Amino acid sequence: MSELLTNGAATAARDNVLDLEPLTGDRVKKRVTVVDEQIVEIVSDSGEGAQRCGQALAALAARSGRGIWTVEIIPAEIQPPARSIAGGSGNRVRMGSHPITNGGDEADLAVAFNEQVLLGREREGELKPGCRILLESMWRTDRNPAISSQYLQTYDELVAKGYNVIEVPMEAECRKLVSDPRRGKNMFVLGILCNIYTLDLVLAREQVALTFGKKDQRVIDTNIRLLEAGWSWAEANVDFQFEIPTMRLTEPQVVFNGNIAIALGVLASGMEICAMYPITPATSASHYLSEIFEKTGGIVHQAEDEIAAATFAIGASYAGKCAVTITSGPGYSLKQEALGLAVMAEIPLVVVNVQRGGPSTGQPTKPEQGDLMTSIFGSHGDAPKVVIAASTIEDCFYSVITARKIAETFNCVVVVLSDGSLATAQQPFPRPTFSEDWLAPPIDQSPVPTGTGAYDWDGTTGLMRRFIPGQPGGMHTLTGLAHDRASKVAYDPASNEAGLRNRSLKMAALQKTLRCPDVHGDPDGDLLVVGWGSTRGAIEEAVDGLRADGKRVSSLHLRFLNPMPSGIGDIMKRFKKVISVESNWSDSLDDELIDEENRRYSALAMLLRAKYLVDIDCWTEVRSRPIKPGVVRAALSAALEKLS
Amino acid sequence: MSISFDPTPSFAQCLLGPTDEHHELDEYQTGVPRWCNGCGDNGILSAMQRLCRDYDLSPERTVFVSGIGCSSRLPHYMKTYGFHGLHGRALPIAEGIKMSRPDLPVFVSTGDGDCLSIGAGHWMHAIRYNMDMTVLLHDNSIYGLTKKQVSPTSPIGTKSNTTPKGSYLEAFNPLQTALGIEGVSFIAQMVDWVPEMLYDILQAAYRHRGFSFVRIIQRCPEFMPGFFDPYMNDPERIQLLTHPNGLTPSGNMSKVYRNQLVHDPSNLDRAREIASSADPIPVGILYQNPDVPRLEVIRGAGRVRTPETVQQGLDSELDKFTIWPDTEPALVEA
Repeated sequence: MSELLTNGAATAARDNVLDLEPLTGDRVKKRVTVVDEQIVEIVSDSGEGAQRCGQALAALAARSGRGIWTVEIIPAEIQPPARSIAGGSGNRVRMGSHPITNGGDEADLAVAFNEQVLLGREREGELKPGCRILLESMWRTDRNPAISSQYLQTYDELVAKGYNVIEVPMEAECRKLVSDPRRGKNMFVLGILCNIYTLDLVLAREQVALTFGKKDQRVIDTNIRLLEAGWSWAEANVDFQFEIPTMRLTEPQVVFNGNIAIALGVLASGMEICAMYPITPATSASHYLSEIFEKTGGIVHQAEDEIAAATFAIGASYAGKCAVTITSGPGYSLKQEALGLAVMAEIPLVVVNVQRGGPSTGQPTKPEQGDLMTSIFGSHGDAPKVVIAASTIEDCFYSVITARKIAETFNCVVVVLSDGSLATAQQPFPRPTFSEDWLAPPIDQSPVPTGTGAYDWDGTTGLMRRFIPGQPGGMHTLTGLAHDRASKVAYDPASNEAGLRNRSLKMAALQKTLRCPDVHGDPDGDLLVVGWGSTRGAIEEAVDGLRADGKRVSSLHLRFLNPMPSGIGDIMKRFKKVISVESNWSDSLDDELIDEENRRYSALAMLLRAKYLVDIDCWTEVRSRPIKPGVVRAALSAALEKLS
Repeated sequence: MSISFDPTPSFAQCLLGPTDEHHELDEYQTGVPRWCNGCGDNGILSAMQRLCRDYDLSPERTVFVSGIGCSSRLPHYMKTYGFHGLHGRALPIAEGIKMSRPDLPVFVSTGDGDCLSIGAGHWMHAIRYNMDMTVLLHDNSIYGLTKKQVSPTSPIGTKSNTTPKGSYLEAFNPLQTALGIEGVSFIAQMVDWVPEMLYDILQAAYRHRGFSFVRIIQRCPEFMPGFFDPYMNDPERIQLLTHPNGLTPSGNMSKVYRNQLVHDPSNLDRAREIASSADPIPVGILYQNPDVPRLEVIRGAGRVRTPETVQQGLDSELDKFTIWPDTEPALVEA
């Protein structure tokens, strides 16, 4: 993964580049348009390298001073059938002259290695009307008449719908350079896109060298030639170019996806043990962590199942080293009993849940925000946990560090929520500067004074000093049974109540340290949008758009979902209406059976309604993809109309 | 009777070294066990307390882990660190502790339901991991704490609250399963009613570096009354596995338990054959291989984690992803 988006290693890569001479050759007359931003999609069959092409394009755009956000287009299967509508694999890259916070609306330009995968995107409504399409033309003359007629039919359909289809002989052009063009098309396409988006070819050659840095020099050289061939083909055949103005970088930026950010957050937090079990879309965080963790004295333990992963982490935490377990929804469900034990026994633990579509196996590769309620209320009995949600890639990094600090300070479980759209999206943010403050202080292992209980709860805060094995005088048996201050099993009503009270008080003690988030937009107005997690970029872009039109809309994005900071109620009072925007299920009042009595609200709306007695509306979408700013804007406009 | 060690007595060994510890039995005892009269768990507890004393285990550096069930109450009666966890999950908890603190001796108490039913998946993998811990399977062939339900090791026909007409399946044999798992390093079996030999087996298990699994056939007078009486009354139905590298019974024991079989614990194939016997009950060390790699050693070797290593690790990773401001955007001439 580390080869995807880097220029830190560019100096080294530069030495591997063939030549840095500008290319010469035919040039068609070009119409150059300066644009604020562009959305490009590159789709292929699985294994044809469209993802790598998209990632390289995004890297180039970022390195040359553009804001970027990428969205992976992933089929659910490892090897879906070739040329199938549902099997498209690739990447969406949104590039702009300003920081980009989400994947945007419809694509301005699409590159497709066959017409079927493109059709999949078109039918999903992912292409802008009139979208420019660069389409592999080899299928037109395919020997199999079924394929060629499929191609012709689709081509005609696309043209009839008004798309600007440009046929590209990718295979034929690549064959001039390599014997297996299927493995080289992606870099040829990267060359075309470099030409269209006037990206620096020197940087592009470096990027190719980085992308194939682990391979031998011949592979790098071949791919650079493919890149150059693509550039030259576009130079001679494509009559348009776009220029996206650049931003000037004032500080170093890093670019990676949310799962890499989580893995780096685990490293930076000083945690030493990560116990996990493979589950999409969380696993890539553990993949990357496995690659880097041991170098710094950490261990990734792939447990035999999700429950073992959680309990292994609990054991490690109990023995003195706060541990983390990384999972997704189904795994989170399996861990619930173990999380209850950690709550009951007051063992620090960090749990990362990279949410996916549910329930059950649901949509493993698709994003959803469906686990908020189970994160807060999950496990049986009263099991208060801290729940925080990352809303940007940068958040993914810092949230883990924060989680570990809270877990150790309050001897509690901290759940970090991410989701499938953050997991694979890439966005630049300021390079973190390590601070020793990120690491939790060493545990006080001085001898425990006689008469001190293992749960000597402070009457005000519910906090207690934790003793770990090896510590003289602190011997006790920790238990998931109700227990007294000495950790002795206690069935008496008073002890049970005292335990519940103290574990709950800790949440209040933490809550007193939280600052209310800032309102995005004016502090008062007609409509307040509340949200959490990965929808932040889309919500704020929609709000900004409406505000530019003079609408009195603001938004409030929550990082702490449990406990929530004080002040949210006051903010909501300053707006005529509050609506939550989330990527989870809520009933629509447009459905015949649904009324105010039986309507099931979205998670955050339900929480806020219960907490603040405010009549909060909700708008949600569960369309297996990140919520788009344009769709949010339309929903908010409709809500505003109802107000007036 | 003793397990064959390699004691080379000298005067130096008679003196406490500057860091040596000496402990009395009561330093490991706490609370009054809440097990029933005649419950085999009492004997196992006494043996463990004695073992801790005889090996001068520092109470603050010793951890007893358990799951849920009658057996799993054991940590509450040890004045060491204890972790009374979740039903079936004692082993992964113990693994986390061992990975985190390989310097601490770890003991696990688990029952037949805990280990072989709800926690069976963990058990198999724990054998594979071969982390250094002593695991006692308190096997009374019945669920006790939940009041008499059939367990995986209940013999066919066992009448219980969930099998009022008698259980339907043959008993599960944990020794055979354990001996079939790659990575197995120590398997022993003992009965709770012979304290002398129980203690010897627990010593051998403790001294083994790796995952020492001891199945202790244990009486439950409440729900399986008289179930093991035939074995207690007829010593011929107990078969001692003897070997210089295994159990070496004392003269007294040999007088009582005459059914003896010389078995070399390094012989895995023979161990599997012996394990298949339910009657007579083979007791002793079935298998021991001191050379199986241990996961905590494999994974923990040379690990150093300081703020400096964290910072260096983070910075070198971030370098790979960094765009530095001096990388000037250079647009290709349009």
